[in-house]
Amino acid sequence: MAHEPFIARGFRPRSSRMVDARRLPPGQYETNDFPVLSAGPTPRTPLARWDFTIRDADGRSVRWSWDEFQTLPRDTPTVDIHCVTKWSKFGTKWEGVSVDALIAAAQSRGVASGPFVRAFCDGGYTTNLPLIDVTGGKAWVAFGYEGAALPPEHGGPARLLVPHLYFWKSAKWVRGLQFAPNDNPGFWEQLGYHNHGDPWHEQRYQGDP
Amino acid sequence: MSSDIKAIPEAAVPARLEWHVARVLDVLNETPRARTLVLDVPQWPGHRAGQHVDVRLVAEDGYQAQRSYSIASPPEDRTVSLTVERLDDGEVSPYLVDELRRGDGLEIRGPIGGYFVWDVAVGGPLLLVAGGSGIVPLMAMLRRRARADASARAAVPVRVLYSARTPDDAIYRAELEQLTDPPLVEVAFTFTRSAPPTWTGYRRRIDRTMLESVIWPPSAGPHAFVCGPTVLVESVASLLVELGHAASRVRTERFGPTG
Repeated sequence: MAHEPFIARGFRPRSSRMVDARRLPPGQYETNDFPVLSAGPTPRTPLARWDFTIRDADGRSVRWSWDEFQTLPRDTPTVDIHCVTKWSKFGTKWEGVSVDALIAAAQSRGVASGPFVRAFCDGGYTTNLPLIDVTGGKAWVAFGYEGAALPPEHGGPARLLVPHLYFWKSAKWVRGLQFAPNDNPGFWEQLGYHNHGDPWHEQRYQGDP
Repeated sequence: MSSDIKAIPEAAVPARLEWHVARVLDVLNETPRARTLVLDVPQWPGHRAGQHVDVRLVAEDGYQAQRSYSIASPPEDRTVSLTVERLDDGEVSPYLVDELRRGDGLEIRGPIGGYFVWDVAVGGPLLLVAGGSGIVPLMAMLRRRARADASARAAVPVRVLYSARTPDDAIYRAELEQLTDPPLVEVAFTFTRSAPPTWTGYRRRIDRTMLESVIWPPSAGPHAFVCGPTVLVESVASLLVELGHAASRVRTERFGPTG
């Protein structure tokens, strides 16, 4: 920034702050809580009716039932997460299937990849991501959190987990990924939030660098 | 699910939200723990009722802290008011509530948020359910409605259910009582921790029975806005859906326990 920072008269940081600054993106603070943020009521889909779909731009798709999904190879990532509302939480432990594995399985069954994906969810939420942000070991469909089933208010039965982007990209109640040739903004991306959402570049809102 | 949340696309891509140094014109004590900061914000682009701003505090040593606060004032005011409740283990709210005074500067940028918003054009009826400082963005909606013309007000009957710990903790209590104008504006309080013996209203957490007796029935098709601590919002939003309200008509904003 070219501007001199405006010093808030009399503002002193808490002396107890013991945060590893290198783990904390700009403008974030560490919390030990796990705040809940969502735009509407929490959807509750029975596992018997839950499925996960990967669909290509031509409508070809692969679908897993909950039981089928549970047979896929699992990862147990431990990651830091960063919410655009300023909180960050370090060392969260998840269990889920990597998006790499899901896409590979879909491609082996004739689904064509694309440069962008749109995550779609129970309740109608969507978010858009470049393919390169959900491949290469960077994203999962997570159904376990801290050794237990992911609670509904945190996105259970399953949510997307894309920890290197602000957490609204980690869509709760996710039901599938749609490949797309173009980048079409999702729910928050149409409502003033940044299209990409990299916390290390503080891409919170539209117009941010 | 048969009901979906739908984004309302903005007509134009907004420009970057720049940081501005607002001037504190006035400080109003709302409750022992909450204050309203009346701000003069240079180049304020206007806002919609329900939106919030980001506040940034920079210390002498360069350390900075950011938080989000809801706007309490209606769009037609020339100033922007934020009502902040002190969280004792917080870092920013104690500064805003205890330290900041008239004449100080405060860095803010906004407005932010395009879903938890209401304007006269959206119409009614309105159903506003708040817990604690969750009343703040709902107050902006009530104030917006109160400043509309009589026909617009008649088209938007509103019912408010506000849960606070005690009467003294209820922010804007006098203004809410003054706005009450049955059957167009009905306001119900519930005090969850204590209330004087003379209080004849509710004294418990919001539950299904309370909601059923206070709120609009689903057939009235209200637009519901629910704001407060996570536990309250989760409970109320789920109950509204159970009672038959369309999930797409229930908009929520949840306050984490941080500050």
